[in-house]
Amino acid sequence: MGKKKFLTWSLLLLLLVSTALFGCSSDNGSEEGGSEGGSTEEKTLIFGRGGDSVSLDPIAVTDGESFKVTKNIFDTLVNFGEQDTEIEPGLASEWTPSEDGLTYTFKLQEGVKFHDGTDFNAEAVVKNFERWAAGDGEKFPYYGSMFGGYGDDEGHVIESVEATGDYEVVFTLKRPQAPFLKNLAMSPFAIASPTAVEEAGDSFGDNPVGTGPFKFVEWKRNDTITIEKFDDYWVEGEPKLDQVVFRAIPDNSARLNALLSGEIDLADGITPSDAGTIEGDDNLQLFERPSMNVGYLGMTVTREPFDDPKVRQAVNHAIDKQAIVDAFFEGRAEVAKNPIPPVISGYNDSVEDYEYSPEKAKELLAEAGLADGFDMELYAMPVPRPYMPDGQKVAEAIQKNLADVGINAEIVSFEWATYLEKAANGEADAFLLGWTGDNGDADNFLYALLDQDNVGTNNYTYYENQELHDVLIKAQSEVDEDARNELYMQAQEIIHDDAPWVPLAHSTPLLAGGKNVMNFKAHPTGSDKLASVDLE
Amino acid sequence: MLHYIGRRLLQLIPVLLGMTFIVFMIIRAIPGDPAQVILGQQASEEAIKALRTNLGLDNPWYIQYFDYLKGLVTGDLGESLRTRTPVVDEVWPYLAATIELSLFAIIIAVVIGINAGIISAWFQNSWFDYLAMIIALIGVSMPIFWLGLMNQWIFSIELGILPTTGRENVRDPVDVITGFYVLDTLMAGDFNQLSTVLKHLVLPGTALATIPMAIIARMTRSSMLEVMRSDFVRTARSKGLSMFWVVYKHALKNAIIPVLTIIGLQMGLLLGGAILTETIFGWPGIGRYIYEAIGFRDYPVIQSGILIVAFIFVMINLIVDLLYGLVDPRIKYD
Repeated sequence: MGKKKFLTWSLLLLLLVSTALFGCSSDNGSEEGGSEGGSTEEKTLIFGRGGDSVSLDPIAVTDGESFKVTKNIFDTLVNFGEQDTEIEPGLASEWTPSEDGLTYTFKLQEGVKFHDGTDFNAEAVVKNFERWAAGDGEKFPYYGSMFGGYGDDEGHVIESVEATGDYEVVFTLKRPQAPFLKNLAMSPFAIASPTAVEEAGDSFGDNPVGTGPFKFVEWKRNDTITIEKFDDYWVEGEPKLDQVVFRAIPDNSARLNALLSGEIDLADGITPSDAGTIEGDDNLQLFERPSMNVGYLGMTVTREPFDDPKVRQAVNHAIDKQAIVDAFFEGRAEVAKNPIPPVISGYNDSVEDYEYSPEKAKELLAEAGLADGFDMELYAMPVPRPYMPDGQKVAEAIQKNLADVGINAEIVSFEWATYLEKAANGEADAFLLGWTGDNGDADNFLYALLDQDNVGTNNYTYYENQELHDVLIKAQSEVDEDARNELYMQAQEIIHDDAPWVPLAHSTPLLAGGKNVMNFKAHPTGSDKLASVDLE
Repeated sequence: MLHYIGRRLLQLIPVLLGMTFIVFMIIRAIPGDPAQVILGQQASEEAIKALRTNLGLDNPWYIQYFDYLKGLVTGDLGESLRTRTPVVDEVWPYLAATIELSLFAIIIAVVIGINAGIISAWFQNSWFDYLAMIIALIGVSMPIFWLGLMNQWIFSIELGILPTTGRENVRDPVDVITGFYVLDTLMAGDFNQLSTVLKHLVLPGTALATIPMAIIARMTRSSMLEVMRSDFVRTARSKGLSMFWVVYKHALKNAIIPVLTIIGLQMGLLLGGAILTETIFGWPGIGRYIYEAIGFRDYPVIQSGILIVAFIFVMINLIVDLLYGLVDPRIKYD
């Protein structure tokens, strides 16, 4: 009995394997060949990326991978420019701010439909904001952080949102908020169908309904998200594609392989060292995402000897940033001298960067009474980020630079979550980190990263300066653009003198795609609207 | 026999309980606050505090642990901190993907490994024997990620016969019924898709199979060599029986027991190798599910994921133990 069964099983297994091998040899070619795969003539774009989305309800999440998809399912009241963060009309065709900056009247597009067939109107906008304001930090994290809180919270900026007509909405603010419009253009504040939200309840994140160019079809977790053309999209002639599939391929090299074999049409997160391969391939093209980030070396100013500005300035002089950018960013980054990248309005170009000069560094160290140098720990990022492609190697370069001026830095690294926690607790002497902007506003860099209000959260350096704080707070409610930029210029001077950071680089994240991908424009925020993208 | 199975299943309880406790303690010992990770760098301190309270992370560890156990008893594996979905509801597709891949891999490993081992033993010290054992040695020492990327390069980019990543042709997706795509396409009667799905299995499957295949081949070879020196095989050979008959009818069943043990152990280890394989081949399986959960300090997912894997591991061992009796009736259970 036993042996017979065993034999039968072996036979079965053999059969299965031969079927598998047969499968390999029968070459039906549908796998390769870019966009026209399959028998249909549908234009399907396959977008390969590093990770899956967390939820497709944009207001409920903070991760970039989620926004990459929701940006195409939902629209916002106002939009960012094609490749910048200037404000343009979106679901709102025009808007008028009051002189005191306290009310904004929006005229809405008419004839816009949600994917479920319901009408988009003023009432829908009101309902969305009511939903968010009634939430909390856990449900809608971005709402609170961009609009100062929820409901009756003291800091909550939005006093009321009222429909003053079918297609007119008035926002009343408690105090002027300069980046108000830029906030509204952010992906999380996309307008969802109130009917669908009500029906889906907690599962709205799995069944998103917006007014965007594509409607949601299917989500296979950790694998693919499929969206398809919304025929009633309100923008004439868009979208061009019939379908977009977002595919998660975590390994960078494997993603590039998938692009090379034609299984995907676009690949996100191309490592700078692979750029050459792509440029040398006639079937591929390289896309550069305009830089809206900063990679930096932070020094915890509460720890000795970094409590002395002279030491921090010395470190600034000691590091050869150009060499770092050339070596580890493959030149695809700009050397940074301010905490904000130059694309952001308010950038202070007259700040004179600390030149690379080991002699000056030594002088400053001597002035600080540390002529013999000192020992320190240097935290190296364990994960690649657009603003820091290889933390370990950058740390080694910095270690060498510091050794030249007598500072003995020991490189340490932790797993990412631990790394952030230890840095936030102020346990690092100096650490590598970076930031990608959310809304293209200077406030989102300078206040978020260097103000005393954010010590222990995003201000990992524990740097506090009352003068800087006053300037930044003033700028938050300054509605006049020029006056506001003036304040940010001032802020950058202060930060430059106090030198809590060594700003290292503003990198250019890279994407690659097949030659047949047309009209793709990478957006600095990291989420790209694919409405006007086409396949040849 | 039933008595034996019952006892083995009862033994499972303390094993799995110990497992939950160890995993629970270890993941809480590593620093990194889930609330912070979930809310991201942008979050305010109040938001983090509120979330911690809401997730029950403020409670002392033993209360959290007992809450977790209480849930387990009722079949509740907890809710993913990141996606806010009950783990029970979201784990199946990942699990199915991994099981399908592992089964495919173990079939390749067993069929090729055992046969290579047999042939090597039969033609001991022949060129085939040396070649097979050299390949086996390389197979054991080959890093999966390197092998995986090389295979992608050769078979997908250069030869264009196999897909690099994923489970299906996303331009023509499979309609999911059970989560096992081979089964789903068979049920739908779509042989075109079945072939596509099998093609997708080949590269990750062979990458995952390499190490167990090599180990099984070596084990079969040495075990067969021993058996073939015994009297009954010599008798069978002297009677003039064909090689096939001697090996598969007489020798193999006596040589198979240690090989079975190795197969059982290797199947358990496959689940470990799956994390790397799944990452390189973009395979949406449970290895990656757990791995990503670790990055997010998603405690319920890590706990449940490891628990499920441990459960499967123990079950495989049980099945292997039962197979001993099937293959060799002299082995009795009591």
